[in-house]
Amino acid sequence: MFTRLKQNRRLLILMALGALLLVCLLIAVSLGAVPISPLNIIKMTLNKMGLFHFTATWQPSDETILFLIRLPRVVAGALVGSALASAGVLFQGMLRNPMADPYIIGTSAGAAFGATIAMMLPVSVAFLSFGLVPIAAFFGALGAVLLVYNLAKVGGKTPIVSMLLAGFAVSAMLAAIVFLMVTLSGRTGLLQNVYSFLMGSISVSGWNQIIIIAPIIIGAIIAARFLAFRLNALSLGEEGAAYLGIDVERDKLLVLALGSLLTAAAVSISGLVGFIGLVVPHAVRLVLGPDHRLLLPAAALSGAAFLVLADLFARTVLAPSEIPIGIITAIIGAPFFIYLLRRTRREYAF
Amino acid sequence: MIKLKQVSFSYGDTPVLHHIDLLVQEGEMVALLGPNGSGKTTMIKLLSGVLRPTTGDIHLDGSILSRMKRRQVAQRVAVVPQQFSMPFAFTLREVVLLGRTPFLSLFSDEREQDHRVVQQAMERIGIAALKERFFNELSGGERQKAILAMTLAQEPKVLLLDEPTAHLDINHQVEILDLVKRLNREQGVTVIGAMHDLNLASLYFDRLLLLKEGRIFADGTPEKLLTPETIKEVFAASVQVTQHPLTKSPHVVVIPKQSPLE
Repeated sequence: MFTRLKQNRRLLILMALGALLLVCLLIAVSLGAVPISPLNIIKMTLNKMGLFHFTATWQPSDETILFLIRLPRVVAGALVGSALASAGVLFQGMLRNPMADPYIIGTSAGAAFGATIAMMLPVSVAFLSFGLVPIAAFFGALGAVLLVYNLAKVGGKTPIVSMLLAGFAVSAMLAAIVFLMVTLSGRTGLLQNVYSFLMGSISVSGWNQIIIIAPIIIGAIIAARFLAFRLNALSLGEEGAAYLGIDVERDKLLVLALGSLLTAAAVSISGLVGFIGLVVPHAVRLVLGPDHRLLLPAAALSGAAFLVLADLFARTVLAPSEIPIGIITAIIGAPFFIYLLRRTRREYAF
Repeated sequence: MIKLKQVSFSYGDTPVLHHIDLLVQEGEMVALLGPNGSGKTTMIKLLSGVLRPTTGDIHLDGSILSRMKRRQVAQRVAVVPQQFSMPFAFTLREVVLLGRTPFLSLFSDEREQDHRVVQQAMERIGIAALKERFFNELSGGERQKAILAMTLAQEPKVLLLDEPTAHLDINHQVEILDLVKRLNREQGVTVIGAMHDLNLASLYFDRLLLLKEGRIFADGTPEKLLTPETIKEVFAASVQVTQHPLTKSPHVVVIPKQSPLE
C-alpha cells in the first residue's frame, strides 16, 4: 500500500507539472507581435493533428506565425529548459554539491570556444540545416568535458575533487583563449556575436533543428531517469555507494555523459543560458525533496516551464528588441531562489 | 565463510598488508585491533571488495571476491563506516531504503517487499519513530543507528564495521555494539569489526585479531590475547589487565607514562 501511495503521489505531482507546462506553452505561443487567442491555437493544433476540422475563425497568416515561427521557438525553449534543469540535477547529484550547475566542468567554456571558432571562419557550412556555430558549440562542450574527465583520471579513477579542479582549469584556459581570439581578430562584429552567445538566446529557424535536438534531449532525460535511484545511493559518497553495490566509476561516467550531452544539446540552440541549471534543481529539491526519481522528471518539467516564460519575457517586454534570456533567468530566478531558501526547513548540511 | 589466502595489499608503492592468511567461519564475531596504520581499515575495505588485493585471493562462500560484481557482493556483505555525510535532505526512511539498492534492478522501483524489510530494519534498531525526520538533523548516535538499519535492510550475511563507534559517546557506543551483537546471536550474521577500544572489543567480541605493521601478530580469544606483554608489543603501551567486574572478560587499564601522582 505504501509503495502505491508513494508512486501515486509522484505521478500526481508530475501530471500537475505537465499541465502547468502546457499552460505556459499555450500562453507563450499566444503572445507576441501578433496575438493569437489560446482557443484558436487549440483549434489550429487539433486541425493540424487531423483530429478535428474546425472552421477557420482566424487569419491564414496566424497559422503560419503559429506553426513556423512561434511554436518552434517555444518548443525549443522548453527543450533547453528541461535539458539544463535535468543536467543540473545530474551534476549536483554526482558531485554531491547543490552549488554545481551544468557548466561546472567545462561545458560552457568548451561551447563558447567552439562557437567562437565557428564564428571566425569565413565559411558558413550548413549541415542538416544547422549552422556551423551550433555544431561547433555542441562538440566544443563535449570535447571540453572529455578533456576534463581524462585530465582528472588517475589510475582508473576520477575523484570528484580532481574533476572539479580540472574543470575549473580547463574552463579558465578556454575562456582566456576565446577572449584572446576576439581581441586578436579585430572584428567588431565578432565581439557582438560572442557576447550574445555568452548571454544566451533561443534561436531556431523552423523545425529542422528541433527534429534533431529533441530526440537527444528527451532520450537523455529518459535514460537519466533509470539512474535516479543510483544517484540517491551516490549521495552517500563514492565509498558509501560502492558498499551498496554501485559500480561507482561506471555510473559517474554515465551521469557525466548524459549531463554533458543534455548541456551540449541545449547550448547548441540557445547559447549559455545561465542560472536555470542551478536554480531549478535546487528549488525543486527544496520543495519536493531530494529523491532523484521524482526530482529529475519534476525538474525537467519545471525547467521547461520556467524557460518558456523567461523567453516570453525576453521577446515581449522590450519588443521589437529582445533582451538576452540569460538576464531574464537571473532576474526572475535569483529572488525566487532566495525566497525558497528562507522559507523552507529542508536545510542543507555539508 | 571468508578465507584469505596470502593476501597482500599496497597503495601504490606503499605496502600495507603482507601475506595475510585468515579463515572466518559463518556466525563468528571477530575484532580487528591494532595501532593506527596497522592495516585495519584496509582489511575492512578488502573484505568489502571495494579494494582488491595486490596479490592473493579472498574467498567468500567459495567465490573469489574480486571476480564478483559489486552488486553481488553488496547482496551479502554490508559495511558500517565511521560516519557518512549526506549533502541532501533525505529522511531517515529514505536513507534506510538505500540499503535495498543492491536488490533493485535498473527498470523497477522498490516493491512492497522492500518497504517491509526497511520497516523491520528500523523497528529492530529502534528508530522507526524517527523515520520521517531528516537524516542530517539527527544526532550522531541516531545517524549511526540509521546507517546500521540501512545495512540491515541489505539483509547481509557478513557485516563489516570500520570503527563504527569512533565518534560516539559512551552510551551510544554500547547501544550500537549491543545491536550488532544481537544480530550476530539471533540471525547468525558474521561480524568483522575494526575496533580501537580494546575494552569494548573484549566485551563484545569472541575472537580478536591483533594487527601489527600489516601482519597478523596474534589471533585468539580476548582472554588469551589481552595481556600486558602482547599489548606492549603491539601498541607500545604500558597497561595492566584486570577483569571486568560483571562479565569477567579482560579489562585493560592504561598506565600513564608519567604518573599523575608524582
